[in-house]
Amino acid sequence: MRYHPLAEADRAEMLDAIGAAHIEELFAAAGDALLKKPLDLPCGRSEMAVERHMSALAARNTPASSVPFFLGAGAYRHHVPASVDHLIQRSEFMTSYTPYQPEIAQGTLQYLFEFQTQVALLTGMEVANASMYDGSTATVEAVLMAHRVTKRRKAVLSGALHPHYAEAVRTLSTLAGDDVISLAPDVSGQEDLIGAIDAETSCVVAQTPDVFGNLRDLRGLAQACHDNGALLVVVVTEIVSLGLVTSPGEMGADIVVCEGQSLGNGLNFGGPYVGLFATRAEFVRQAPGRLAGQTVDADGRRAFTLTLSTREQHIRRDKATSNICTNSGLCALAFSIHLTLLGETGLRRLAGVNHAGAVALAKELAQIDGVEVLNSVFFNEFTLRVPGDAAVLVETLAAHGVMAGVPVSRLLPGAGLDDLLLVACTETVTPQDRAAFVDALEGAL
Amino acid sequence: MLDRPTRPGPQDSAPPPPTFSGHDGLDHEEPLLFEIGRLDASGVDFDSPEPFEDRLGGLARTAPIGLPGLSEPEAVRHYVRLSRKNYSIDAGIFPLGSCTMKHNPRLNEKMARLPGFADIHPLQPQTTVQGALAAMQELSDWLTTLTGAAAVALPPKAGAHGELCGLMAIKTALRARGEAETRKIVLIPQSAHGTNPASAALLGFEARALSAGEDGVVSVEAVRAAAGPDTAAIMLTNPNTCGLFERDIAAIAEVVHAAGGYVYCDGANFNAIAGLARPGDFGVDAMHLNLHKTFSTPHGGGGPGAGPVVLSERLAPFAPVPFLRRGTDGALRLVEQPEGQSFGRLSAFHGQMGMFVRALTYMLSHGGDGLTQASRDAVLSANYLRASLRDVMSQPFGDRICMHEVLFDDAFLKDTGVTTLDFAKAMIDEGYHPMTVYFPLVAHGAMLIEPTESESKASLDAFVATLRALCKAASDGETGRFTQAPRRAPRRRLDETLAARKPVLRWSADSSQSR
Repeated sequence: MRYHPLAEADRAEMLDAIGAAHIEELFAAAGDALLKKPLDLPCGRSEMAVERHMSALAARNTPASSVPFFLGAGAYRHHVPASVDHLIQRSEFMTSYTPYQPEIAQGTLQYLFEFQTQVALLTGMEVANASMYDGSTATVEAVLMAHRVTKRRKAVLSGALHPHYAEAVRTLSTLAGDDVISLAPDVSGQEDLIGAIDAETSCVVAQTPDVFGNLRDLRGLAQACHDNGALLVVVVTEIVSLGLVTSPGEMGADIVVCEGQSLGNGLNFGGPYVGLFATRAEFVRQAPGRLAGQTVDADGRRAFTLTLSTREQHIRRDKATSNICTNSGLCALAFSIHLTLLGETGLRRLAGVNHAGAVALAKELAQIDGVEVLNSVFFNEFTLRVPGDAAVLVETLAAHGVMAGVPVSRLLPGAGLDDLLLVACTETVTPQDRAAFVDALEGAL
Repeated sequence: MLDRPTRPGPQDSAPPPPTFSGHDGLDHEEPLLFEIGRLDASGVDFDSPEPFEDRLGGLARTAPIGLPGLSEPEAVRHYVRLSRKNYSIDAGIFPLGSCTMKHNPRLNEKMARLPGFADIHPLQPQTTVQGALAAMQELSDWLTTLTGAAAVALPPKAGAHGELCGLMAIKTALRARGEAETRKIVLIPQSAHGTNPASAALLGFEARALSAGEDGVVSVEAVRAAAGPDTAAIMLTNPNTCGLFERDIAAIAEVVHAAGGYVYCDGANFNAIAGLARPGDFGVDAMHLNLHKTFSTPHGGGGPGAGPVVLSERLAPFAPVPFLRRGTDGALRLVEQPEGQSFGRLSAFHGQMGMFVRALTYMLSHGGDGLTQASRDAVLSANYLRASLRDVMSQPFGDRICMHEVLFDDAFLKDTGVTTLDFAKAMIDEGYHPMTVYFPLVAHGAMLIEPTESESKASLDAFVATLRALCKAASDGETGRFTQAPRRAPRRRLDETLAARKPVLRWSADSSQSR
């Protein structure tokens, strides 16, 4: 086996040193639990054979890069500069562990400190942690943190929060015995979240751009939350939008959670992604996850280390703020490198290109008979009303080589929204792609 | 003609003077991004956007964000210099007990980057991702065969997330029985990972500690005394974090089942027994598998991982969405909306696909025979270290055969003035990443060493020689070698108290001045 350095002679010598006659002696404690014969599994294969097998599986999928592609709904296809993937594959980044020995992990710790700073700046918040698994689990953690901060246990969820995120919050809350009020699906962006707040509300969770693509002005909601002693949790699933639109922090958010996949990370069929978690400095001791902090070493030189770990499971066990251990380090690095390459100038331009393309596409699609764009304000994704069933339409267009978007019924089946299609347009979409979409849609209707 | 000297002149052995550059030879000091980047610099070129009327509805950002940029050569240099301050498994043995730092095959990386896996969207029509669903199904089949389980839930994103998933299934099962309110206790040995009690607490369970016996394992009697009508579950790690097989696990499972509870197994250490024993055979109802441990996906400096949970017949009906189902036409479908008794959704989309591809690649490469050999070699190597160090280091439960990791305590350092932490830091100067220290809590000054199957005998022998030399130095009174360590790392010991008392968690112009 090419990954096993020990030769039979080594094994024999080692058994000798241990004083065991046979390898089985080392497993004696397992007794009756040991299998009497090998499991029914295939034998090991060469690198070439495995590559052939996996490539055959991969070939049965349609990659986004092979077709005009308009899917979003929480996962976005963006161009990732070639140097990002090269750098994250450096052995010292990819094959290191959580930086428990800071003297020999300053590379990881410094990039986490830089990542935290970038996230704080981008979201307009004071502090950010060293990443969560993804946007949805970060949202669950934000609700739990709001319960701890306010000592209340009722969350209010916007009807335009990504349905998977809302389901993840509801599932855990139901099992943990916490209350959740979920507003009805809200395509218009006009729902009355303020009216849902009462004296028991720990937080309101609202998304912008919301799952239907609407940009939401959350300033009034922030005020109403604070007037009632509740926190405003703002969810952002398309982080590139923050290059162009007002940050959640400026709108008064108390906790901001984001899906960071758009920067540095591929679609990967849904994971691994990277959750961003930012909040106010006053709440940091209630925050989940790892935090990298600055300090000095014995020679007085600046250095970085994991800190405030008395919040964490390996110290506090059942009193910890979260059970999270492994998070999303390498994806956070990819995010941070991509954002470093962009810089402020590049991010603003990237956001501009996204918005311009989406505005153009919305205009082009709206000219098709029977098709309606429902949003007045949006970033790079909007909701299209089509005649008939959007899911059927998507299958038809896929057969014609256009990946048209995400039918709302895929996320909200049975909600009576079967004629709605979520359409995203990033910088990877060319004018030719847009024309192909328009043609295919006209042909299908 | 050549006047270039080709031999060194007389060299003294005095400590070198400080450098003018601030660098230390190949070890470069690297400023923060915020000290070298510029708001107008970028390493990405764009065409200008087409002219457009904005549809931002007055929400356009006006103030600068403050994000510095770097050109590509500057960015590459920044991150390459940072990378060189890290230890990694590619550079040397990384003997962190319970963390399983084994070799990360590069074929896994290559396969995960095939556009057919890396560049597909989670909500594409399922007809266009049949190969991805087939890969998930293959992975599931491997995992259920290896564990003897009835089903597997793929969504959890890490080990702790898997624990949460398993406990959510257990709580849902208890609700279905109408016993969620009466069964609140989760029994957890003191040697367990901190994630176990933390996961239990998240769901409103009460964690009750179980003591292990003198021999480092949990006894049936201890469980029988603790289990009762208030027991929801037991969470056992097997092999446990002392590196010992819980030999009574089948009997313990019977006791817990008879009391009406479920058996959760923390599968962090499954790499010791993969191919040799199946948790399903000893009564486990739910167990997470850290794909980043047993199945070699890279740890990445703290993630991403993946923590699929295998489930027994009893718990399978409560699995979260999405899950796979094969239709009568042979096509695979993801069931994305809860049906029947499913406890619901754990997170967005379908799990850590990139990790699934890597883990499947690893399993196909090894085969059943190779996985079994990996388990045997991991256990062999840990016992070889034990045998090679037992006369100079001390073991909390006596010298007994261990599984894939060997636990020492600090009794051998008594009266030397050297602590476990000092010993670990001295290893850094010797070119080694230390073992896991101060965990598990049941051993005083614990040192938990896990070599994995990836080390050659030469590597193990060199490691042993160094540890033996350090043990001798400690007993010879060379205290300074330990208390002043590390001296040969990019940084010396850090002031962690300062970091916690006055947290500086992000760069600002002010914090930069304290450099």
